[in-house]
Amino acid sequence: MTFDPSYKEQALKSVGTRVLRPDGVDKVTGRARYGADFNMPGQLVARVLRSPHAHARIIRLDTSQAEALKGVKAVVTAADLPDLTDGDTALFAILDNSMARSKAKYDGHAVAAVAAINASVARAAMKLIEVEYEVLPHVVDVDAAVAPDAPLLDDTIFTTGVDPAPTKPSNVANRSEFGHGDVDAGFAKSDVIIERTYKTEQTHQGYIEPHACVANCNADGTADLWVCTQGHFVYRQVCADLLGLDVSKLRVTSSEIGGGFGGKTHVWAEPVALALSRKAGRPVKLVMTREEVFRASGPTSATSIDVKLGATMDGTITSALATLRYTSGPYADAWAETGAMTSFACYDLENVKAIGYEVVVNRPKVAAYRAPSAPMAAFAVESAIDELADAIDMNSVELRIKNAAQEGTRSSYGPVYGPIGIGPTLDAAKAHPHMSAPLGKNQGRGMACGFWFNFGGQTCSDLNIGADGTVTIAVGTVDVGGSRASLSLIAAEELGIPYEHVKAIVADTSSLGYNDMTDGSRGTFSSSMATISAARNAIKTLRERAAMMWEIPVEDVNWEEGFAKAAGPKHGNRAPLSIKDIAAEAGNTGGPIAGHSELVADGAGVSFGTHICDVEVDPETGSTRVIRYTVIQDAGKAVHPAYVEGQYQGGAVQGIGWALNEEYVYGEDGRLQNPGFLDYRIPVCSDLPMIDTQILEIPNPNHPYGVRGVGETSIVPPLAAVANAVSDAMNVRMTHIPVSPPRILAALNAQAKE
Amino acid sequence: MRYENPTTIENAVDLLARSDGPAYVLAGGTDLLVRMKGDDFDAELVVDIKSIAGMDQIVETAEGFTIGAAVPCAALGEHGALVAAWPGVVEAANLIGSTQVQSRCTISGNLCNASPAADSVPAMVAANARARIVGPGGARMIDVADVPTAPGKTSLARDEIIEAISLPKPDARSGDAYLRFTPRTEMDIAVVGAAVNLTLDDEGIVQTARVVLGAVAPSVVVVDAAAAALVGNKLNDATLKAVEAACTAASNPIDDKRGTVEFRNQVAGVLGRRAAEIAYGRAGGTQ
Repeated sequence: MTFDPSYKEQALKSVGTRVLRPDGVDKVTGRARYGADFNMPGQLVARVLRSPHAHARIIRLDTSQAEALKGVKAVVTAADLPDLTDGDTALFAILDNSMARSKAKYDGHAVAAVAAINASVARAAMKLIEVEYEVLPHVVDVDAAVAPDAPLLDDTIFTTGVDPAPTKPSNVANRSEFGHGDVDAGFAKSDVIIERTYKTEQTHQGYIEPHACVANCNADGTADLWVCTQGHFVYRQVCADLLGLDVSKLRVTSSEIGGGFGGKTHVWAEPVALALSRKAGRPVKLVMTREEVFRASGPTSATSIDVKLGATMDGTITSALATLRYTSGPYADAWAETGAMTSFACYDLENVKAIGYEVVVNRPKVAAYRAPSAPMAAFAVESAIDELADAIDMNSVELRIKNAAQEGTRSSYGPVYGPIGIGPTLDAAKAHPHMSAPLGKNQGRGMACGFWFNFGGQTCSDLNIGADGTVTIAVGTVDVGGSRASLSLIAAEELGIPYEHVKAIVADTSSLGYNDMTDGSRGTFSSSMATISAARNAIKTLRERAAMMWEIPVEDVNWEEGFAKAAGPKHGNRAPLSIKDIAAEAGNTGGPIAGHSELVADGAGVSFGTHICDVEVDPETGSTRVIRYTVIQDAGKAVHPAYVEGQYQGGAVQGIGWALNEEYVYGEDGRLQNPGFLDYRIPVCSDLPMIDTQILEIPNPNHPYGVRGVGETSIVPPLAAVANAVSDAMNVRMTHIPVSPPRILAALNAQAKE
Repeated sequence: MRYENPTTIENAVDLLARSDGPAYVLAGGTDLLVRMKGDDFDAELVVDIKSIAGMDQIVETAEGFTIGAAVPCAALGEHGALVAAWPGVVEAANLIGSTQVQSRCTISGNLCNASPAADSVPAMVAANARARIVGPGGARMIDVADVPTAPGKTSLARDEIIEAISLPKPDARSGDAYLRFTPRTEMDIAVVGAAVNLTLDDEGIVQTARVVLGAVAPSVVVVDAAAAALVGNKLNDATLKAVEAACTAASNPIDDKRGTVEFRNQVAGVLGRRAAEIAYGRAGGTQ
């Protein structure tokens, strides 16, 4: 049966209710099994030796003493993870990042690993590995890295995307450009121009659960990996490629996940754990310490962004230009490109250009972080919009409403929008009581908008009906935000049965076809589409079985609210058959009843949000407290409103942390100074007010229920919303995130001197 | 690593004296247990002092208060007489970490950990607290100010243990206060700390004062110039300005991941002034 994903307005019974999540009790009682909770008989403990240098050539690596230590079962280096990447530079970057080849490229870069019978032997073995380094000049700052005399990370990097191609290598890996119109002509028509440079510091996703896995390679070429991941199918593919395994022989099982936020979409030490297990012939558990998580996994880009906006006095933005420089760690990637695409996506602009530069630096390999690259671009653009509103003496909500994109707008990154939510979120913000609430002394208010693409992708699901009529759905998208509850609601809705009769599991890689990972806010969007498709396939079978039981043509059997009903008067007054009735007879009507689906979930609707933030700043210390915060975002259709609100709140809180205090601090030696939660300051509960939320539902035309992804957009506006609020409270423009107390006080002192 | 849980202080001292490798005293463990997870931590012996009789007691006498080395900071906040007598010391102890951490951590441990940013130490030094130290040769009393000597270092010998911290009974018209600056509301470490302890006469004129800064130098800084600005005066704008200037001048910090020199110097002055105002109010003074 061909699946039709298009939106149809309908009354929904289960979808939209706030049921209890099935994984909740296990999580709060400690029974849920996270990455480090798997164990195997004979399991070894792995530890990774990491470079203490930001940039160093590995001259000599001697593991013989470590190998000779009693209790050590394997030591691996790059030699045990040979390069099988065959010219695939993205795959090579993963390999080199998991175990340095000729050079250590950042403080924390893995250079060797051991597997031993226990943690203390493993620790002792690490100390017996001799590494001789030739320390090289390093660069960690994004602007310093693009300077002509900067230390070069990789002499094979020649900037791509420029014509003519450069003849000399540099730390700029790629240039990208998006936009339309003529920005120079647009600036010429403007009455006012705002031009500023902004910086944001590097942050980490800050997931509470460190990376953890158990790897078990068998002698017959099969292997198992239990791992905390956002995408076990992707981990399977990458690990199989790097270790030279057949994909079908590596079975990857995802654990419960204690936060990922994009950071667990990338393979880190898993190939190392597999290599250790292969060498030792025993299962190996590898759990990163918090320090390793900070030094060697995760972070987002540090950025430096120039924005130039021109407008006429009536508030029409006549031209918009942004130049974005994003760090990507030591390897070329596409973070600035993504940032450039999102920069002006909220607005309907006649003349717009965004240019992205990918900059390699001696910092950890950059990973996705919730709407990756968009928050920094939004900080720069939404700060400039705020200043523009001041300059033309126009209310900043009105200015945004006047220029907001709408259905039919050609976006700054290319596509023409369908029905979208930026206008409605702005209208809701304008009407929200928060916007007109009085402010006290030293308090200020800021607002900002945000955009994220959302993604669909490859999805495969199974729906099995038990003999008692209850239902199991097996999905391949890891549950990071309550998707098992949401998908159970969807199955219950389609089949017309109670939510409690559906159990959703995340199946391992050997049990389902390939699934893309839970990223791009796709988990509920794509897997709900697959669940609907699988349920509809199951309903077709249920109707066929009912037809057999009644001995009537299947065309005369309808499925209504959980029952097979004989159509019309010609089949008499037959009592409807429930799922339970039909399932009980399955053995006599053709066997087990199931629905399968495999699809590419196209048409993930783009997502927009508008945030309002109030802060109070102590002008003598720069201490800032967020005192009120409101998130307004389009969900398309909120399948489980409480979890949608949770996504809005969680993204806002991560953005607030980024805006106020979170940052990687490097010393002169290029070593990370704050690899721990004491000095990498994510907000604690008492730092925050209740985050208010308002869900708007502008249906996505490409989903049967109108669902859009909701997980990421909420982190996009807060950097700008907080900075605009601080700027409002102190009457001094803050252009460097985080707006930490020392930066605020320095800005106030500078202003006082003027 | 050997774990011992002696029931007398003599036994505890003896264990430390006879150990031949790195040895540590365990009270609340909120610093030690974190350090033990580090790859560079190495210990031959850990001596838990929580089973020693009296270590978990706060004793009030005519002279003052004796706070056993294993008394968790949360218990300080639950001791009505102590809170009334030394609100600044108690508020400092109850700023450490979080509610959970305060149910384990101790002011003796905070002192012996010898972090320049320790919250309770400036408040104790301002309050003229003394430490009772027991070693193989018996007990001795020293000023709390003389315990930490440098970051992570104390004046205690390897076989000495702090048994208790003593605070005097405050004078009738006296008050103390502690303020710290942290970017977060809790689970954070002082970027600057400031403690003030002062006494007034019946006119509200300051008779004695101690002003102490934390986290702006390798050890706590007793700001005599700020105390001198207070003594003989009421708390007017000029006095407060002088206190602020003296604290900023005495601040001698470094640039690090927690703050810049400029920031710390400025905030040291602000907190010194604000703590003086609170202490003055607690002493019954009216501005």
